[in-house]
Amino acid sequence: MMDITVREMLLVAAFLFSSGIFIILTRQNAIAILMGVELLLNAVNINFVAFDRFLFDRVDGNVAALINIMLAAAEVAVALAIVICIFRGIRTAETDRLDSLRG
Amino acid sequence: MEYLLLLIPILPLTGAIINGTIGYFIQKRYGGQINGIIATTTISISFIIAIYLFFALLNLPLEQRRIILNLYNWVFAGSLSIDFELVMDPLSAIMVLVVSGVGALIHLYSIGYMHSDKSQWRYFSYLNLFAFSMLILVMANNLILMFVGWEGVGLCSYLLIGFWYQDIDKAVAGMKAFITNRVGDFGFLIGLFFLISGIRLIEGDYKMVSLSFDYLKEVSERLSGVHFGSFALLTIVGLLFFVGATGKSAQIPLYVWLPDAMAGPTPVSALIHAATMVTAGVYMIARLNFLYVHSPMALTVVAVVGALTALYAATMGFAQTDIKKVLAYSTISQLGFMFAAVGSAAFSSGIFHLMTHAFFKACLFLGAGSVIHAMSGEQDIRKMGGLKNRIPITYYTFLIASLAIAGIPGLSGFFSKDEILYKSFMSASGFMGIWGYVVFLLLLIATLCTAFYMFRLVFITFFGSEVRAGEEVAHHIHESPQAMTYVLIVLAFLSIVGGYVGLPEVFGVHSSIESFLEPVFEDSCKVLSLPSSHTAEWIIMLLSIFAAIIGIYAAYRIYYKNGYEGARPIRERIAPIHYVVENKYFVDEIYGFVFVDSVKIFSYLLSQFDKYVIDGIVNLAGKVTVLFANLDGLIDKYVVDGVVNVVAHGIKFIGERMRGLQTGRIQDYVYIMVSGGLLGLILIRVLIYFMK
Repeated sequence: MMDITVREMLLVAAFLFSSGIFIILTRQNAIAILMGVELLLNAVNINFVAFDRFLFDRVDGNVAALINIMLAAAEVAVALAIVICIFRGIRTAETDRLDSLRG
Repeated sequence: MEYLLLLIPILPLTGAIINGTIGYFIQKRYGGQINGIIATTTISISFIIAIYLFFALLNLPLEQRRIILNLYNWVFAGSLSIDFELVMDPLSAIMVLVVSGVGALIHLYSIGYMHSDKSQWRYFSYLNLFAFSMLILVMANNLILMFVGWEGVGLCSYLLIGFWYQDIDKAVAGMKAFITNRVGDFGFLIGLFFLISGIRLIEGDYKMVSLSFDYLKEVSERLSGVHFGSFALLTIVGLLFFVGATGKSAQIPLYVWLPDAMAGPTPVSALIHAATMVTAGVYMIARLNFLYVHSPMALTVVAVVGALTALYAATMGFAQTDIKKVLAYSTISQLGFMFAAVGSAAFSSGIFHLMTHAFFKACLFLGAGSVIHAMSGEQDIRKMGGLKNRIPITYYTFLIASLAIAGIPGLSGFFSKDEILYKSFMSASGFMGIWGYVVFLLLLIATLCTAFYMFRLVFITFFGSEVRAGEEVAHHIHESPQAMTYVLIVLAFLSIVGGYVGLPEVFGVHSSIESFLEPVFEDSCKVLSLPSSHTAEWIIMLLSIFAAIIGIYAAYRIYYKNGYEGARPIRERIAPIHYVVENKYFVDEIYGFVFVDSVKIFSYLLSQFDKYVIDGIVNLAGKVTVLFANLDGLIDKYVVDGVVNVVAHGIKFIGERMRGLQTGRIQDYVYIMVSGGLLGLILIRVLIYFMK
């Protein structure tokens, strides 16, 4: 079996990150964009864990990943609340329609 | 006891304040009589206090006859420290008695005289204020406080002359009096400055000085040594003070206001313009005797001007037809006598004549007021005549006062006038030299003239068979109310007995007024002593009686039968002279031309200068400024604004291009951010590659 090294880990993380960016840039639905953001966060978590496991072998990276997970949960809660508010206000969650800050 | 001194001026002030503030309501509610009673009461109480203090003064030993009340330190400026200090010494005691006594009588008379006036509250308020100012003037113990009273009486004089201000002539007469007085006061003030600078010369700059009369008396000896250029300081000061006195006391050349001042109510003429205020100048010179005796030259000027005025004004009395104007010129003439007296260093004689004059002239004026009252306001003597039996009390009192002023023996005027004649004659062999004889001669002729014009007045007004006014007026003639006639009787009585306080020495008695005033004047008399000669005094007495009798006889011959018309033949023979005298020597016209018109012409020239030259410069400056402002405006508009606009337009241009970036869509931003990040990465990569 092929050894799983930091390289593979980072590749997965990069893939996830790129997917996240792609989703964010392409999807119109606010909920979907939020999902993209989750992907970004989890890509970062994988990086944390990977570096901790293969380079330093200490517990710091894991702790940071845990804090990130918690933050993500909080962020999603707030973001969903905002989305719901917007939806209530203008009956849509399409981000293209939310351009009242246009210059 | 000193505090009683304060009460004397404060009481009339209280009256003035009461009448001045709530007097209007009092008159409306209770009638003007009450205003009069308030005013009369206050001044009467002052008079009673004055009498009490007078006797208190008599009880003191001769050297200590001074009551001083130092209230507080009033002015404190640099090394000048002036107290609010009132004094009662023999001189001010006589003045206070005359002012408050005659003042009280005239207040009483005014109640009757003014009974139908609309604003009696105003009248009595002014009258009381006058009494207050006059009392301050005579009781002040330093020059500055005296000056306050001096200005105060001037103000009240103005207010009362113009009392009936709806009549423009009367208002103008008030202004004339005030402005003429200001000219004199200006001299007085400058004299004061000279005096202070002289004191600084002898005392140095830092010694505290008070300008009180005691202090001035102390330094007068040393001041007499001070010279400014070729003039002695005291001569300058004396002459400048005398300028003030000519204004206030109506002497040549500033007498012109007094005849016009007769526009005021008659009691005012009696009180202010005959008995009290106009004598302020005489009082001032007598008070400053210690300064004047060190300057024989100033005294000579005072005496000569006084004597000239005495004769000059008396001749103007010949041709007047207004009863009050005759008395006004008579007042000027009598004031001339007083100045001749103080100028001859016979200060107590001047004060003596001041006192007797206050009695008989007040009586004459109030008598004239009573006549005018009887004639329903008519003042022209040509329309009077035959009043002798119609208003007997007025007639007899007027006659007594006329005899007194003419100098008939036994009446007050005789003693005082004779004393002045004698003293001026004696001064000729004293310090005055030949001028003494000039003064004496002028006064002797003036005595004759006085008797003539007074009896001209008496004969025209009271004698003859019928009144020359209309039927209506003649029918209406009546004796005045009791408040007025009683006052006349009291004053006539005083005109008789007033002279007995100053019997001449040749009668073997010592003049009591002279010895009473001695503490004030004795030091001065030591400096300038007058010789005495009983023979001369007898001769002069006979001469003056003779002059009086000639004057009365001449008036009798001319006017007794036909009144004013009796003088027609003489008048026609000397028509040009009469014309000149009747028009008061055209002095008013000359003054009008020299002072008023020249000022008008000068100010017209100035106004033209102002209009064309000054205004021209100003306008030019204005136009130049406008030109520059326009230029500046153009620069502002095109250069400064241009720069600002270019900046603004540039920013606007950029902004319009840039606004497209802000789409408001979140994906665009993320896209830019990510591309930016990628670009940055690539850039770093490239850089690293090249740096290797």
